[in-house]
Amino acid sequence: MQIERTFWKVLIAFAAFGLVLLIAGKHPLQAYADTAVFVLGSLEGFTELFVRMSPLVMAALAVSIPARIGLFNVGGEGQIYMGALFATGTALSLAHAPSWLLLPATLASGFAGGAVWALIPALMRIKGVANEAITTLLLNYIAPLAVGYMIFGPWRSPESLSYPQSPKLVEGARLAVLPGTRLHAGLLIAAACLALCAYVLYRTRWGLEMRAIGGNALASQHLGLPVRSYIGACMAIGGGIAGLAGMAEVSAIQGRLVAEISPGYGYMGFLVAWLAGPSAAKTVAMAFLLAFISSVGDVLQITQGVPFAVVNILMAAILFSVLCGGKRAGALQ
Amino acid sequence: MIAVLIVATLAASVAAGTSLLYATLGEIVAERAGVINLGLEGVMLAGAAAGCAATSVTGNPYWGVLAAVLAGAAISVVFAYAVVDCGANQLAAGLSLLFLGLGVSALIGRPYSGAIIHGLPSMSLRAPLEQGAAVLSVDALVLLALPATALVWWALSATRWGLRLRAVGENPAAAFAAGCNRRRLQYQAVLLSGACSGLAGAHIALAVAFTWAEGMTGGRGFIAIALVMFARWNPWAAVAGALVFGGAEALQLQLQASGLDVSPFLMNMLPYVLTLAALPLTGRAGRLAAPAALGRPYTGVE
Amino acid sequence: MKLDTQRPAREASSPLISAHNIVKRFGNLTASDVDLFEVRPGEVHGLLGENGAGKSTLSKILYGYYRPDSGEIRVEGSPVSLRSPAEARALGIGMVFQDFTLIPALSVFENIVLFMQGLPRVLDRRALQKQIAEAAASLGTSMDLEVPAGALSAGDQQKIEILKQVLAGARVLILDEPTKVLAPQECSGLFATLAELRSRGYGIVLITHKLDEVLEAADRISVMRKGRIAGVLDPSAATQAGLLALMFEGRGTREMTRRTARSFGANALELRGVCTDDEGHAVPLGDVSLRVREGEILGMAGIAGSGQRELGALVVGRTRPRRGTKMLWEQDAGEWSIARLRQSGVAFVPENPLEIACVGGLSVAENFALGERRYRRGLGIDWPRVQADAGAAFDRIGFPRPPLAARMRTLSGGNVQRAVMARELANRPRLIVALYPTRGLDVRSAQAVRDKLCASAGEGAAVLLVSEDLDELFDLCDRLVVMRRGRIAGEFEPAGYAPEAVGAAMVGAAEMQRAN
Repeated sequence: MQIERTFWKVLIAFAAFGLVLLIAGKHPLQAYADTAVFVLGSLEGFTELFVRMSPLVMAALAVSIPARIGLFNVGGEGQIYMGALFATGTALSLAHAPSWLLLPATLASGFAGGAVWALIPALMRIKGVANEAITTLLLNYIAPLAVGYMIFGPWRSPESLSYPQSPKLVEGARLAVLPGTRLHAGLLIAAACLALCAYVLYRTRWGLEMRAIGGNALASQHLGLPVRSYIGACMAIGGGIAGLAGMAEVSAIQGRLVAEISPGYGYMGFLVAWLAGPSAAKTVAMAFLLAFISSVGDVLQITQGVPFAVVNILMAAILFSVLCGGKRAGALQ
Repeated sequence: MIAVLIVATLAASVAAGTSLLYATLGEIVAERAGVINLGLEGVMLAGAAAGCAATSVTGNPYWGVLAAVLAGAAISVVFAYAVVDCGANQLAAGLSLLFLGLGVSALIGRPYSGAIIHGLPSMSLRAPLEQGAAVLSVDALVLLALPATALVWWALSATRWGLRLRAVGENPAAAFAAGCNRRRLQYQAVLLSGACSGLAGAHIALAVAFTWAEGMTGGRGFIAIALVMFARWNPWAAVAGALVFGGAEALQLQLQASGLDVSPFLMNMLPYVLTLAALPLTGRAGRLAAPAALGRPYTGVE
Repeated sequence: MKLDTQRPAREASSPLISAHNIVKRFGNLTASDVDLFEVRPGEVHGLLGENGAGKSTLSKILYGYYRPDSGEIRVEGSPVSLRSPAEARALGIGMVFQDFTLIPALSVFENIVLFMQGLPRVLDRRALQKQIAEAAASLGTSMDLEVPAGALSAGDQQKIEILKQVLAGARVLILDEPTKVLAPQECSGLFATLAELRSRGYGIVLITHKLDEVLEAADRISVMRKGRIAGVLDPSAATQAGLLALMFEGRGTREMTRRTARSFGANALELRGVCTDDEGHAVPLGDVSLRVREGEILGMAGIAGSGQRELGALVVGRTRPRRGTKMLWEQDAGEWSIARLRQSGVAFVPENPLEIACVGGLSVAENFALGERRYRRGLGIDWPRVQADAGAAFDRIGFPRPPLAARMRTLSGGNVQRAVMARELANRPRLIVALYPTRGLDVRSAQAVRDKLCASAGEGAAVLLVSEDLDELFDLCDRLVVMRRGRIAGEFEPAGYAPEAVGAAMVGAAEMQRAN
């Protein structure tokens, strides 16, 4: 029943978006058709969906793990950038290390970058300074600037002076890629994170305590649960997973740190998490949907000259459609 | 030399702070009615794009301002419906509005991307200094900023409407018992906030940048939300806050212009870092000044 | 409706408001099934019944807060349809709730003005202030209008609530358990105000569960039981026993738990000179010293907002003392975490268990297991052991076992509190902090809670019982302290348990003068 309702809401959203495009003089049906042909009809298109799903799943986890205890982490975007930053830093400075050390170190620092970035709003929340919604959003603007600073400055690659990027990472720091495609080991990392989180949430006492805190933080406090520790831990782990997504983009897709490492995966991940709730299966399904939407955006840009950002309208339509359909329909908890 | 720098920064603060002030004033009204709008950024963008488009088409920047105000209010309607009528989570609905604004502005603004828009005419006031280059440019929106603040303050504190609006934001059940129409008041507050943010976007596009670029408001919408907290939901305090944060932007431009060798990226971080650093300074008393029912969807009897 | 203050009290004339054949159901529960209820001008009509008898529901229907499923309401003989409190007020019906509908952050002036009819768009402060001052004077009170309403005492807030309704043009005033939040001395002030209103021709509905109040203040008494009116009596002809019989289906006297003779052991809890900060809306504690011995029940009385909750939060471990010491079994426990305190045997039974003591969305078994080290098995939980222990816990204290897999929020209020008690008493706690544990419970559940607290004390636990019900405190407690403004204002032994003396400590000598 839930799946059916969500399906109709998504359909309505696609229709609404199509209407908007029509009014703007574009051809939505053509775009939808072109995208379908691309993703279903070519290896490149099909694998590209999975390439996008990897960061989307991880960005969704970055939102939903803190959401289990009632926190609103919208900083996925910034946490992805910081993960990318930290990972690049490690990969560049340990470039001569053996690969059994280099790759894990790069992974770990990617996680650390996202975790650190998420701990800042966590601490502010613990101290009662500010709600994490606003602090994570502000940090989303600082992180890309930090990346820009590094690639225009200390990490500026001498090879390409025309546009800024870091030097290429050595092979040892790069995640494995399936030859002929852009499919990379990041997908496995995403799947592992998803499975691990589902296990922890429903099979361990930490998961029980998280669900208790999310249900009633005051009562959990009275029962002696360490609520503040959970705030820190959940934000750090969520941020860390987003950081891994950033690391994967650098390590597998780009091969180096570039200015725009994420086309808004953080925000798309929020939408995935909101639509999917705590269910791992739904997370995968919604990530697939958003990956498709992302391809629609590309197609619109290439074939009809519409800026990619327009796809945000479709995202808004889906989210509003779910929000306006009643309280239980699509919620983080 | 320092005097010129200070005066020039102050002058530029006014230009940079005006849009912040309008957005903050609108958000103060909305939050006093109990609604927090994370999507301010999207509304400002929509206003900026609409302003550019209308100005280009009609050749008259004042039509652009009107278009921006209307666009801001229009785009906020679906957010108001979700939050007021459907009881949706306000933070999620706000993000949804952000996405909507990002997308709609990109669509409307694309033909004008990078084009030079002949925006609002302004008067230049020169400061009587030897170096002589400090210029305060005053356009219609700058002139209206302080009167707008006074209007918002008066409306909230001395009218029946303002009293009822504040009651809804503090305790909707008590307000209902007193006969206030929560739905109507919250709709009005949200639409007003949308109009103000649209106006803020218009100022950025038509009086500061004179062009359109995707995402040009650069997070000012979120700074405005932080400013509301910083100002303790008081319109007059918002003026001070807007000047300070406008000043941070202005300072960064001035430092760059004066040839200081600091990376523009680090300088661009200044307003956000300043905002984050200012949040702990609002103090406990500030946080207690928040409207008691802020952010909570109303599920009681009506 | 204009305020007519000149009209003398009438004889039995046509009722101001009457309700005919009202039926209201919430799901399966019939909350109201009333043939006739009416209020005449110049009358105080007492509406008596135990918790859950339907008094609140009926009054909310009269005030337009709920719409009845069937039946008719008439104002001065003409049928009306009330769709909201605003419509009720327009017809001259006013209600003062148990939880005041004052908005704490707004000033007294703003709270009153918000309620007034026919306000101009732009508020004329001077004229309105004058109008309010006049109305207040006619009721025999005066108040500072610019103070935020949240800063006033409960008695003053109640006066404002009444004034609000009078200024809004009410002719009928419904008061829902008005003495609940008042100290004994303040009650006489309230009744004086009601007498004043009655002499001016107002009709008053006084909702209460206290027999002596209704016998003292009412002109007529309607007794409610299970949503129906069980009888309408003249107070001069009614007796306590007769009223109780109507309230409780002939059960006669209420079963009361009596204090049993117990021997007391060493100090379980000792506070010496404890002070806390004022954070936000919390009342700061100042120089609080008290002790509770093993096997002893120490009661704590005080008007709402005197610091009882803050004291409870301190003992339970949510806050730390800024000065002074908190000793538990001779150890300095001031810095202990809540988890450590619970491990050492401190239990917490608060009011509103669904909001404060358990997670509604989780099952009974899951709530039982939360925070308990003993149930950890590897990374997970030893569920079979949890279920065995939970069942045994219910059996041991004599409560029926609820379905352990049911979500807490599906249980009734009384059953939630029973489940919380089963959990808290499961491991034989040595100190029980009970914070308004019987608030809002039906009589049976409240009785069960009291019995278990007594039984635990009998087994050697120390009990700190905070309550607003003086009868409950007098019946159960071996000693009684009174809190006022964050400090201990009096200590009483059983020999000295008298409402006047305790009330004096609750309210303070100076204010006692004012009320008299």
